[in-house]
Amino acid sequence: MIEPLWEVFVRSRRGLSHTHVGSLHAPDATMALRNARDVYTRRQEGVSIWVVRASDITASSPDEKDEFFDPAGDKVYRHPTFYEVPEGVEHL
Amino acid sequence: MDFQATIDADGRIEPRDAMPDGYRKTLIRQIAQHAHSEIIGMQPESNWISRAPSLRRKAILMAKVQDEAGHGLYLYAAAETLGVDRADLLDLLHSGRQKYSSIFNYPTLTWADIGAIGWLVDGAAIVNQVPLCRCSYGPYARAMVRVCKEESFHQRQGFEILYTLSNGTEAQKAMAQDALNRWWWPSLMMFGPPDAASTHSEQSMAWGIKRHSNDELRQRFVDMTVPQADVLGLRVPDDGLVYEDGHYRFTEPDYTELYDVVKGNGPCNQQRLSRRVQAHEDGAWVREAAAAYAAKKAVRAA
Repeated sequence: MIEPLWEVFVRSRRGLSHTHVGSLHAPDATMALRNARDVYTRRQEGVSIWVVRASDITASSPDEKDEFFDPAGDKVYRHPTFYEVPEGVEHL
Repeated sequence: MDFQATIDADGRIEPRDAMPDGYRKTLIRQIAQHAHSEIIGMQPESNWISRAPSLRRKAILMAKVQDEAGHGLYLYAAAETLGVDRADLLDLLHSGRQKYSSIFNYPTLTWADIGAIGWLVDGAAIVNQVPLCRCSYGPYARAMVRVCKEESFHQRQGFEILYTLSNGTEAQKAMAQDALNRWWWPSLMMFGPPDAASTHSEQSMAWGIKRHSNDELRQRFVDMTVPQADVLGLRVPDDGLVYEDGHYRFTEPDYTELYDVVKGNGPCNQQRLSRRVQAHEDGAWVREAAAAYAAKKAVRAA
């Protein structure tokens, strides 16, 4: 019997987003949460935990990452540093 | 970017990236062995939980042993990102086809040994593991960051045990000295064979899995530890120890003992492995019950 794999996300404190911290095996979501508490928050590392079945995650493929992310490459005008600001202009 | 280019640029390899077969195999072997060491390492320490000299010491030791289980889990999870299954890795451990660190084949005869394990064994582990936080394989490196954070508590609690003993009665100080005498040489062996005889080192360095040679790390450990022994008022059992040009020159351990223990002839090899197999078998009903409960809940939810 192989227990499903769960990915664990922890919010380290209020105001921050949940961050991936690792994975673990558990038979169901409830056990996954309990195991995650014991494995990943023994030192008060979190105030909230998400567990997600690893098989439910759809990920972009590393093989096609160039084509996938290329469209953003030639749009440098999306960054404020693209623009020239005349000397002396403030609060812009 | 392809594998070698990423390595050359000191980048990180992630689970779904293409990687050479040898890289994958080396990592699986190393991470699994590391995970096995964490969970086998629970045995010599748990040996003293029921006999810890105070409630404070007992609570600390239980927390430490629980941490070791947690470290094992971080590492098994990191190994699984390489496409192996934890259950299979455990089978390989139980059938003796994968190893764990030889240091755990030595017995914990007295309470001072718990101090020596924390101070020396965890100290050596930290020296080995800190560079692994920059290992080229992302999930292993991230697991090591967590492990290293937790190990520093382990090392300090060990030092504190020995400090208390060495400032206690004559008998307590003698017990601390005896523990240092027995654990010093095996701790030096934890860094592996000397560079000239190390079989995997060169390739692992080229792949960014390993960042420093065995001998470099051993020297770092000795330089760090000898002054701490002075604070404890204990004597490192090495007549050849001299301070020279910023480093302590030391006598190399007898590596034939290391090879012998690796082969299975250490004082506790059989006991450790049979206890591990027994614990796994004894825990089967828990795994089965958890699965049955999950199945029942799934049916009710549907």
